Amino acid sequence: MYTDRQLAYKSLQYRREILSVIKRAGAGHTGGSLSCTDILNVLYNRVLRVTPETFSSPTRDRYVQSKGHSVEALFVVLADQGFFPSKELETLCQYGSHFVGHPTRKVPGVEQNTGALGHGLPICTGMALGGKMDGADFRVFTLLGDGELAEGSNWEAALAAAHYGLDNLTAIVDCNALQITGPTREVMSTEPLIEKFAAFGWAVRTVDGHDLGELSAAFAKPLALGQPSLVIARTTKGKGVSFMENQVGWHHRVPNEEELAQALREIDDALELPSEAEG
Amino acid sequence: MSAPAPPIHSVAAQTVAAKLGLKLGRPNLEVFASTLLELASADESIVVVTSDSRGSGKLVPFAKALPKQIVEVGIAEQNLVGIAAGLASVGKKVFAVSPACFLTARSFEQIKNDVAYSANPVALVGISAGVSYGALGSTHHSLHDLAALRAVNNISLVVPADNFEASEAVRCAAKFSAPVYLRFGKAPLYDLPEHKFEFGCSRLVRPGNDAAFIATGETVIHALLAAQLLEETDGLKCRVVSVPTVKPLDIDAVRDAASVCGAVVTVEEHMVHGGLGEACASTIIQGNGYKGRFKIVGIPDEYTVPGSQADIFHHYGISMIGLAETVRGLLKR
Repeated sequence: MYTDRQLAYKSLQYRREILSVIKRAGAGHTGGSLSCTDILNVLYNRVLRVTPETFSSPTRDRYVQSKGHSVEALFVVLADQGFFPSKELETLCQYGSHFVGHPTRKVPGVEQNTGALGHGLPICTGMALGGKMDGADFRVFTLLGDGELAEGSNWEAALAAAHYGLDNLTAIVDCNALQITGPTREVMSTEPLIEKFAAFGWAVRTVDGHDLGELSAAFAKPLALGQPSLVIARTTKGKGVSFMENQVGWHHRVPNEEELAQALREIDDALELPSEAEG
Repeated sequence: MSAPAPPIHSVAAQTVAAKLGLKLGRPNLEVFASTLLELASADESIVVVTSDSRGSGKLVPFAKALPKQIVEVGIAEQNLVGIAAGLASVGKKVFAVSPACFLTARSFEQIKNDVAYSANPVALVGISAGVSYGALGSTHHSLHDLAALRAVNNISLVVPADNFEASEAVRCAAKFSAPVYLRFGKAPLYDLPEHKFEFGCSRLVRPGNDAAFIATGETVIHALLAAQLLEETDGLKCRVVSVPTVKPLDIDAVRDAASVCGAVVTVEEHMVHGGLGEACASTIIQGNGYKGRFKIVGIPDEYTVPGSQADIFHHYGISMIGLAETVRGLLKR
């Protein structure tokens, strides 16, 4: 088990790798990958009972990335978990590579093909329901974007998951408050999110989506018995790189050489400051 | 609610059916439901998912007998398919049951991505398909489903023509490890000759080399009756091929009909665009081509005339008389 300090280091390394992978591919969803990095870090390094060796076990925990466009973060974390050599990420978005711009099951460690929004929560509701039917103790996690919540299928699943009392299901909202057109509250407000999901019958907790301790505590066990859990992770789009943070333009912009160098310098500076990294 | 359904066959057609010794069976929907109950009683991994559709799917006895093997999602077809995919991914053998009109339009993206692309082996069951809902109107018709799903990779399309094919299709789907779409209507169907079902293969219901009917689902019986009528009145020997698996298509059978018969008439309870007819045309043209006459009989590119399934079939020539007339017209030219 990693210490908090080791985990904080991992987040920085993941961000470094995400930016490098996107630069090399010439494509990617930079802002959203950086906003969900800490969430994925905590899930894969502290919470999910899944490894390359147990990935085909029926009792493994499941993670489905519904906001599939932030695939670079997922791929980088899966490589770090040993699902495939990180060198393979050099082929991202290249002709013939399984590493395309959204998760596919051809990549080891990916549970479901996603990318069209509003699909993860219904699928995970089915997975969690199947687990309950079998009396299995695996947990199911999915990561949604806040802009994604405008898709109506999420709310169909929100009804069903509460109706069936699926406390083995945790949905996480990477609430970075920006989507491709602009601020989510201006494009299509989903607030008040806590009240909405609570009214649907979910147990809801809001956390700082970059606080590894808060994330760990929120994911460690279901928030309530007999209810699905919703963790609203308040995050910063483009987290960790000053000129990308909270900038809508970095939704899927690819850094140029100079921007990458600057971004990596900022991350390296943070890496050299363990006391800050410890948070 | 459901529109009253007048007999699908005219008195003349019923007379021909009697002459052929055909017996009227049950609606395929009932066969689906009873077969599934039989299979699920012996296999608890079989799970049915419904969208407030257990009544129309004839699944009330299933729900009573096996309450732990049925999941209700309410009127939410997107969620129906998403949940079905999730259940399948954790090892359940899932039958997702909903009216074909909603299942294949409302949740098309879930079928494309969550079932087909992610390769979750769900059996999607489109009930009251085609114009089964007749007078309820075009919102309730599924005349697009074969066209839409033919264009999706990694899903097979099965449209049974009688109770035998329906039962076999359900048994096959229960063993299948890949996505499949089953399409069932709700009118009682005659039992066709030549009981043979092999996935991906057609069924030669009646031999003949003057003309060929290549038909699917509830239209096959009309083709068979037309073939009998044409033999009696015109001395024509017409082949009748039932195509339960529209995808994958039995290419050999289709090309063989074209290589031998002077006219090929395809028949389907579907719009003439993108269904069985165009699949056959494409197969034939990409084979050795065709110098004979070819006609796709189905619903033209319009919202159907109001009426029951029987009325609509009659209106568009999907009947013994209408199909016999089509063949006569083609061979005369």
